[in-house]
Amino acid sequence: MKPSLLILVLILSSAAAQAIDSRQFANPEQQAVYETLTSELRCLVCQNQTIADSNAELAADLRRQVYEMLQQGKSRDDIVQFMTDRYGDFVLYKPPFKAKTGLLWLGPVVFLLLGLIAVLLVVRRKKQAAAQENGQAEKLAKIRRLLDEGEVS
Amino acid sequence: MLKYILPLLLFIIMAVFLAIGLNLNPHDIPSPLLNKPAPVFFAPKLQTPQEKLSPDDLKGQVWLFNVWASWCVSCREEHPVLNQLAQQKTVTIIGLNYKDDPAAANNWLDTLGNPYNISIMDQDGRIGIDWGVYGVPETFVIDKQGRVRYKHTGPVTVADVQQTFLPLIAQLQGE
Repeated sequence: MKPSLLILVLILSSAAAQAIDSRQFANPEQQAVYETLTSELRCLVCQNQTIADSNAELAADLRRQVYEMLQQGKSRDDIVQFMTDRYGDFVLYKPPFKAKTGLLWLGPVVFLLLGLIAVLLVVRRKKQAAAQENGQAEKLAKIRRLLDEGEVS
Repeated sequence: MLKYILPLLLFIIMAVFLAIGLNLNPHDIPSPLLNKPAPVFFAPKLQTPQEKLSPDDLKGQVWLFNVWASWCVSCREEHPVLNQLAQQKTVTIIGLNYKDDPAAANNWLDTLGNPYNISIMDQDGRIGIDWGVYGVPETFVIDKQGRVRYKHTGPVTVADVQQTFLPLIAQLQGE
């Protein structure tokens, strides 16, 4: 197999790499909630995988827990509350916005603003330098002209 | 002058943050259970499965809740430390035999010694979920009123017992 083809196959298959459980749902909405929830909850053993992706035993147990709670008619919020009561905010891939997580949520915006300010400052300084150079060039031209005129008269 | 100081300052700030990040243990997740009532269970005892234990049975005493399993490698490392602590008889030690085969678990206790006053079984991991267990071994300290007061993740070492557990147990027993 050509290397490029092999890479393509690997990339495509990675999208399908999910832990597989066979679960029956009452309706498609319930299944959708199950799928979004399991892909928003962190597997605490592997930490950088969601419980939908992970094959760890704890992830399987938590998927079962989510499924059972959905079957009991619990809402999405109930399940999120259940998980954070036990594992803390860390279990959520999307942590809630509060004082403790403020830096996490606002950090990127702050850095973007800092970057914009830096760009503005640099651009302004460059412009000023260019304007100054222009001014000097004009002065030089004027001096030359005056000198030339002086020679004539 | 500012031109030279500014990058240096930025570098120092970054270095400090990175150093803090490197020294944090990502597996040390603060437990939301701290200072809350111990999660309820009513589970069969490992050695006498016809009997069950609930946290209410332990009200009035300080107890340790140690999550263990015979398949858990770090538990083997921790086991002698618990045996030693059990010999001192300063505190009740309850074991949560997490997702284990009872025969293998009993065999483990017979060969390595049994530091637990009682071990209870959690074969499908539900009690583990209620206690927010994500890695074995974990050890909780529960006070006389039945509140969780401390959680330790990973194997307990001799130093942990001397510096953290024994002082805390003494303090809680005095409360």
